[in-house]
Amino acid sequence: MRRYETAESRARGLGSAKNGFHHWWHQRLTAVLLVPLMLWLGMGLALQAGAEFEAARDWVANPINATLLIVAIVMLFYHGALGVQVVIEDYVHTAGLKWLSNLAVQFACLVVAVAGILAVIQITLGG
Amino acid sequence: MTDSNRPLSPHLTIYRPQLTSLLSVLHRGTGVFITLAAVLLTAWVAALAAGPDYYGLLLALLGHWLGQLVLLGITFSLAYHLCNGIRHLVWDTGRALELQGVYRSGYAVLVASVVLTGAVWGTAYTAAGGL
Repeated sequence: MRRYETAESRARGLGSAKNGFHHWWHQRLTAVLLVPLMLWLGMGLALQAGAEFEAARDWVANPINATLLIVAIVMLFYHGALGVQVVIEDYVHTAGLKWLSNLAVQFACLVVAVAGILAVIQITLGG
Repeated sequence: MTDSNRPLSPHLTIYRPQLTSLLSVLHRGTGVFITLAAVLLTAWVAALAAGPDYYGLLLALLGHWLGQLVLLGITFSLAYHLCNGIRHLVWDTGRALELQGVYRSGYAVLVASVVLTGAVWGTAYTAAGGL
């Protein structure tokens, strides 16, 4: 097939959009990390079903659990923001609204993730 | 590019529903739902940080049958998105893309999601001291 790209553009392989590779790659990296993390979190939370306040708090305060919880929160909201971005790009057809909804989703994900991380840190420090 | 009246390519509603498309839509749907549900994870940790009163309130909400139904929906969504996500990762390597493989893995993902959901809820009810 005849190609009209320059040699450099062909080597970079980014096509006409010029970006998107990092979105695609980060979505997959976080997906791979989330497989063991979510299996751990699902089982970990299931074991806390109906747990007393002190017991549940002790579980979060455990350094290994606290570390994995924070990593899980970061991965979860990052992967979620990347995924919802694609859905918005596919179904919101007005440029301004598309930009605004993506900004809103990403901001909301950041805020809720930071709140979750702060809560874990507060519990770990026993505050 | 945005608000034009250009004709669109055939969309979801024009096709006869089939396993492949249903699972694809379900992957997106569960993905968006899990992102929303992740707020509940933050709420749980925040309630633990805030004190016994807040934690008790959250447990009461989650213990209500409606709360349990939402939790079941979250568990299945997460199990399905995780299993089907692995299916997508395998596809990304160029494997199992022929029609028979796509159908086989589709049914396998559905069975695995139900088994995983059952395992988590079995664990939860055992931990909570039975039904």
